[in-house]
Amino acid sequence: MSNEWISVGKVEDFCKDLGGCVKVDGKQIAVFNVKEKSEWYAVQNLCPHDNRMVLSRGLIGDASGTPKVACPLHKHNFDLKTGEHVSEGDVDDLTTYPVKVEEGTIYLQMV
Amino acid sequence: MKKKIIVIGNGMVGYKFCERLKEKDTDNQYQIITFCEEPRPAYDRVHLSEYFAGKSAEDLSMAKLEWYKENDIEIHIGDKASSVDRVAKTVTSEKGLTLEYDKLVFATGSSAFVPPVPGVDKSGVFVYRTIEDLDDMMEYAKDCKTCAVIGGGLLGLEAAKAAQDLDLETHCVEFAPRLMPRQLDEAGGTLLKDIIESRGIKVHLNKSTKNIAGDGKVTAMEFADDTILEVDMIIVSAGIRPRDEVAREAGLTLGPRGGILVNDSLLTSDPDIFAIGECALYEGMIYGLVAPGYQMADAVAEQLVGRDASFEGADMSTKLKLIGTDVASFGNIEPQVPFKELVINDPHSAIYKKLVVTEDGKTLLGGILVGDADAYGNLLQLYQNEMVLPEDPMQLILPASDGSAPGGAGVSDLPDSAQICSCESVSKGDICSAIEDGACSISDIKKCTKAGTGCGGCMPLVTDLFKAKMKESGVEVSNALCEHFDMTRQEMYQTVRATGIKTFDELLEKHGKGTGCETCKPAAASIFASTWNVPILEQPSLNDTNDAFLANMQQDGTYSVIPRIPGGEITPDMLIIIGEVSKQFGLYMKITGGQRIDMFGAKLHELPEIWKILVDAGFESGHAYAKSLRTVKSCVGSTWCRYGVGDAVGLAIRVENRYRGIRSPHKLKSAVSGCTRECAEAQSKDFGIIATEHGWNLYVCGNGGMKPRHTDLLAVDLDEETLIKYIDRFLMYYIKTADKLMRTSTWMDQLEGGIEHLKDVVINDSLGINAELEAQMEHLVNTYECEWKNAINDPEKLKRFKHFVNCEDTDETIEFVDERGQIRPASHEEKKQLVEV
Ligand SMILES: Cc1cc2nc3c(=O)[nH]c(=O)nc-3n(C[C@H](O)[C@H](O)[C@H](O)COP(=O)(O)OP(=O)(O)OC[C@H]3O[C@@H](n4cnc5c(N)ncnc54)[C@H](O)[C@@H]3O)c2cc1C
Ligand code: HEM
Ligand code: SF4
Ligand code: SF4
Ligand code: FES
Repeated sequence: MSNEWISVGKVEDFCKDLGGCVKVDGKQIAVFNVKEKSEWYAVQNLCPHDNRMVLSRGLIGDASGTPKVACPLHKHNFDLKTGEHVSEGDVDDLTTYPVKVEEGTIYLQMV
Repeated sequence: MKKKIIVIGNGMVGYKFCERLKEKDTDNQYQIITFCEEPRPAYDRVHLSEYFAGKSAEDLSMAKLEWYKENDIEIHIGDKASSVDRVAKTVTSEKGLTLEYDKLVFATGSSAFVPPVPGVDKSGVFVYRTIEDLDDMMEYAKDCKTCAVIGGGLLGLEAAKAAQDLDLETHCVEFAPRLMPRQLDEAGGTLLKDIIESRGIKVHLNKSTKNIAGDGKVTAMEFADDTILEVDMIIVSAGIRPRDEVAREAGLTLGPRGGILVNDSLLTSDPDIFAIGECALYEGMIYGLVAPGYQMADAVAEQLVGRDASFEGADMSTKLKLIGTDVASFGNIEPQVPFKELVINDPHSAIYKKLVVTEDGKTLLGGILVGDADAYGNLLQLYQNEMVLPEDPMQLILPASDGSAPGGAGVSDLPDSAQICSCESVSKGDICSAIEDGACSISDIKKCTKAGTGCGGCMPLVTDLFKAKMKESGVEVSNALCEHFDMTRQEMYQTVRATGIKTFDELLEKHGKGTGCETCKPAAASIFASTWNVPILEQPSLNDTNDAFLANMQQDGTYSVIPRIPGGEITPDMLIIIGEVSKQFGLYMKITGGQRIDMFGAKLHELPEIWKILVDAGFESGHAYAKSLRTVKSCVGSTWCRYGVGDAVGLAIRVENRYRGIRSPHKLKSAVSGCTRECAEAQSKDFGIIATEHGWNLYVCGNGGMKPRHTDLLAVDLDEETLIKYIDRFLMYYIKTADKLMRTSTWMDQLEGGIEHLKDVVINDSLGINAELEAQMEHLVNTYECEWKNAINDPEKLKRFKHFVNCEDTDETIEFVDERGQIRPASHEEKKQLVEV
């Protein structure tokens, strides 16, 4: 795959301070926005704890200023910038994807 | 030969002087003689009103007669000192005694000031000062229907309460444009008036009485504005006048408007004569409170045993309970320096609080608290010690629900010299050393320091101090919700209520930091819902998965659907609808433990379609996903069962429909049984109800789950209306005071005073909050709305009910296998096989 930027929807398709799941090349990606859509992040939708496609439905927030998502199933926390698993226990990190917003459209790079 | 001290007046201060001198005079150099005009030794005038509530004169007495004997104090009861000969140094009494003194102490107190209005001498006009006054009033009131109190100050309001307790229609007439004009500002006075009127006392402001009419007996009051108020009885409470008549005759210097002039040593113009208490005039001021009087008594006793002591004026800060309402004021609310005001004005909860701080917000200058004065002790310390305020001083007046002093400047910031208990002059240092010396409970501290044994007003501070010291030496407990909010759930609840904040963003901006997390967001969402009852999806970004999609997420990311079936009663037609929906969407069905039906395996995008059918058929959300009322289980009760004595199903339906949807710190379960055989297992519920021959028994705080707990019996044989009222109060009190995710059973286990305390609150209104709790519950009940009905009609809310934002596909990773004729989620192994096949 190339460095091509792929459109995954409009800003208004997403709810503020929440996640939404998008499908790109058959892959499920969770896209989050924080601080009223001023910052955007994308990670895999699959929670590596119990392999469920649920992360986009997790609550987001921050830990000491770093944005994070809490899985809706068992509350494992992941750093949205790096994908790092930041809770107790031995759980894999997440794959993250570059995101950009241009003229109201959200683009992802499937690197 | 012992030196003779004569004390004229055996009131609260005169008595305290005797007590203090006896304690300090270890060499036994003094002989104390006291004249007591009243027919009994000193009693607690401050709590005089409790005489109406059934306390006897005996209960109120400061010390029994034996005490005077044991301490070798010569007391002349019912004998008034009528003159003093300062040259011969003698006191002569009405009964004809003449006794010599070395030192003389005036503790003659004050009498009620009766304004010279024509007609005040008619029968039916009373003052409120002594036990005899009260006896006379009670006797006279037997033939009366209405009573007016002249004076809307502290004492006037207390007298009004007394009149009300005598079953009289009560009016309070104040000359000034507001109540408690000396302590309160306009907004505080207005709120107090509203509260007091809501308790049935009619308040008349700006009224100056020009005549008291009646033929020998009071029949009406005539005011300067020519209005008339018909009354059978009047209590005058227009201020006090120092009792200085004996001092005047003895030639002591008095103030221009009365009062025996004293200096810093409390000496009068005669170096052998002191004056203390309400008869003493210090720097132009009569201190009409008991605490300064005690300080004076202490200072004189100290001097007599040869130590340095003086009186330097006292703070007039006060906190009182007036007609069931906390009222407190301290410091200066209109200071001469530039200042800022911080105000909470919440007429809905009947709370008004104002802090006056310096312009830089660093120092507290004064304040007013009406409706909730829990913060008083803490604020008084901050004010008296001129301590630096926390960054957000507003925190200081956001009430803490658990009765402890609210956050902010804690007791640990106080200097060691800070006086904690003024009654007994106990400093923070004294208490700390008591703890260091091994005092390991509050009662230990009371025993060895005497702190809190006077009026008890300092107990919240003593408790805080104790806790803080314990924490220092042992386990550190942080009560903060999470890193974003330095407050407990209870504090957040109070903050939201007091400030009217309705959105998370505002709450975060004003009281938190960062962007929130999975702990504080749902806590805030629940609090917004239990306070303002706006549909939970109005702020979707706050809710845990369950609340966010109004359904419980199951292990595979699918959801369950549980409609409400109140009391477990369902018609065949409704049952068929559930069956049909389940069939249409291929859902798994099971009867739950709460007498209703669960459908599993619904995918996110199917939820709105499923609920549309259910809602159209008349079902409502069952809130199985929420921290709120789940089910009210019932047995068939007297309707069918041959043992039943009460209509269990009928009541269960009423209860379930009343409390449905109300968000609480954790889930709530309930049950109703039709008789004592208890088939509905009500005694394992958060609140359970069992029918009796005479009504209903109410049980609370049980739990079935992980840590089973049987309920405690709260009340017996209630009629249905009282039952509902008690449940309203119980639930709101729990919502108000429990920590996040704390079930009622754990809440009860940590509730100070346990079930007895709860009974006191719910049944006896010991905190005076029941009206408020009921009103809050009424609001929640009246604004109930089915969340699913609300959601399916709102495209914006439904936007998130699809798996992908950018296409209409569904989640292909969800797979089911067949089991006993229904679906179940495929395991990870099974999924692999399915893919391989
Ligand atoms: C209903 C009520 C509620 C109150 N509530 C509060 C409160 O909540 N908080 C607070 O701080 N204060 C309160 N006060 C005020 C408080 O009671 C007084 O500040 C306190 O009692 C003053 O004490 P004292 O000893 O100076 O005067 P008193 O208690 O009035 O005692 C003086 C005594 O001296 C006697 N006496 C007078 N002249 C002579 C004489 N010549 N010979 C012999 N005996 C004489 C009098 O009969 C009287 O018994 C309240 C007062 C009342 C009436
Ligand atoms: C023995 C001496 C005292 C007596 C008999 C007395 C009496 C009272 C009374 C009647 C109340 C109202 C209680 C209620 O809320 O129902 C009260 C409350 C209070 N008083 Fe005193 N008072 C005394 C001394 C003092 C002094 C010297 C101070 C400090 C200046 C003080 C501070 C307080 C405080 C802080 C409260 C609030 C208590 C609460 O939290 O409810 N008291 N006192
Ligand atoms: S609790 Fe009593 S009324 Fe209810 S089913 Fe059992 S026996 Fe019958
Ligand atoms: S008991 Fe355990 S497994 Fe059963 S429903 Fe409750 S949480 Fe799930
Ligand atoms: S599946 Fe995400 S935390 Fe368990």
